Amino acid sequence: MAGELGKYKLCVSARSTDKAILKRAQDGGIVTQLFKFALEEGIIDGAIVAGPGDEPWRPRPFIATTVEELMTSSGTKYNISPQVSWIKEATRSFGLDKIGIVGTPCQMQAVRKGQLYPVGLRDVDDKIKLAIGIFCMENFSYQSIKQLVEDHAAMKMEAVRKMEIGKGKFWVYGQRGQVVQLPLKVTHKYEQPGCHVCLDYVANLADVSTGSVGSPDGWSTVFVRTRNGDDIWSKAIAAGCFETKPIEQVKPGLELVTKLATEKITKNQKTVEERAKFGVNKALRNPYLGPK
Amino acid sequence: MADKITVGHVHMSGCTGCLVSLADNYGGLLTILDKYADLVYGLTLADVRHIPKMDVALVEGSVCIQDKLSVQEIKETREKAAVVVAVGGCACYGNITRFARGGQPNQPQHESYLPIGDLIKVDVYIPGCAPCPQLIRNVCVMAYLLLKGNKDQQELAKKYLAPLMQLAERGTEACGCDLMYDVVNQGLCMGCGSCAAACPVRAITHEYGKPNVNREMCIKCGACYAQCPRSFFNFDVVPEFEAIMDAIGAALK
Repeated sequence: MAGELGKYKLCVSARSTDKAILKRAQDGGIVTQLFKFALEEGIIDGAIVAGPGDEPWRPRPFIATTVEELMTSSGTKYNISPQVSWIKEATRSFGLDKIGIVGTPCQMQAVRKGQLYPVGLRDVDDKIKLAIGIFCMENFSYQSIKQLVEDHAAMKMEAVRKMEIGKGKFWVYGQRGQVVQLPLKVTHKYEQPGCHVCLDYVANLADVSTGSVGSPDGWSTVFVRTRNGDDIWSKAIAAGCFETKPIEQVKPGLELVTKLATEKITKNQKTVEERAKFGVNKALRNPYLGPK
Repeated sequence: MADKITVGHVHMSGCTGCLVSLADNYGGLLTILDKYADLVYGLTLADVRHIPKMDVALVEGSVCIQDKLSVQEIKETREKAAVVVAVGGCACYGNITRFARGGQPNQPQHESYLPIGDLIKVDVYIPGCAPCPQLIRNVCVMAYLLLKGNKDQQELAKKYLAPLMQLAERGTEACGCDLMYDVVNQGLCMGCGSCAAACPVRAITHEYGKPNVNREMCIKCGACYAQCPRSFFNFDVVPEFEAIMDAIGAALK
């Protein structure tokens, strides 16, 4: 594994220059803005995003082929959207030749495994044109997030304007301006177990990865990782899509990103090791050792 | 070219869909045959009656044990080939032939179909129905690098093929239930959706972020489990996706 932050060509703090995007964005509106640019330039002809699902704050993978559709999906929903499930369908029912996809680090791992080992992903490997990864400490099931919001934070799901994890707390912002904060100690037990073996915090395998950590409020930290990501990012910069600051000049900067990445990976590496002696001479599976 | 590897396509009880998948590499297949591999055996493509000695046998289909010739040929394949690759769900896991009941024309006594791994040792698995053309291509390129490449290329090929070899060791049974037994029940599923994308019969949906398998629809091809990033994920290969895809692309130019 390349260091805890993965390989990258460039790291900056950035935010969209589009007021409409910033208004709805979780932080700097990086994902929405970059997909918007890629759609408009024909770099992608659709993007698999986390769109609104059947219940409030329950996302579902959604294929946005227009900027209007894209805009309905901005903002973070802290529960599972199986993004990769549509990746083959996107090339078939939706007829996309150039796919964009946004997802968590594990979903970026799935995309790259799918390109190198396309067991059931016929004709997909060369159609993924922009994979954007988001920083992720852990994810929750819908029932978990509902429990946190409705029980612990005593707010109705439909009354929530924004959810956020930052500054060591889980924040729930209501439509009427109320704010509830929960210590992460409360949220930990609701985490999805599958996240506890994950060894990636900043989506090391994405073309471009982004998240709030490391940058000031309203800005996002951005890692540009692949040749392809670099190409699209520089075009977007040239087109004036983003305002950027060198990461060295913002607070809290890369130091915090590195700290959190190290914490996550160290903790989860320990979990992986503990699984090897979980029972009495009985191990739980370790996916990093093979499929057996 | 003298340093090509020799490859054969051995056709057991399968629908020829795997062979079509191989052919669906179009220009890529021609490049492979031009530069890297001689096709020394193949019922539909090479005019050769008996299974010759070869480096790599790509076996399609399961073995009907009531058909003496099939049984003889799969054993012969093991003797004659250095590397046996089970191509597709039938060769790996029985797949749709698991559901054969006998009574069909032309030979009603044909009712027992076994994955080739139940009769011979298999080295590499390419699951799926049909197997993906790009995975067959990648395995062909890696097999070439393993047998004819320089030291670095051999190392890469070994690392790349390792999980597909481990799948072969894992056994000859597959089902959508593997997702429950070996991923969800093991506390490993994180809801990425790879399994649903890989399923050729759309038997998998996601309920609240976890796979839900319609087992009546499942054809037991093994694609979902093999595609899952929590069945295997090799940190010495996948993070190098950019370089590896470049290399495969360049090899096929």
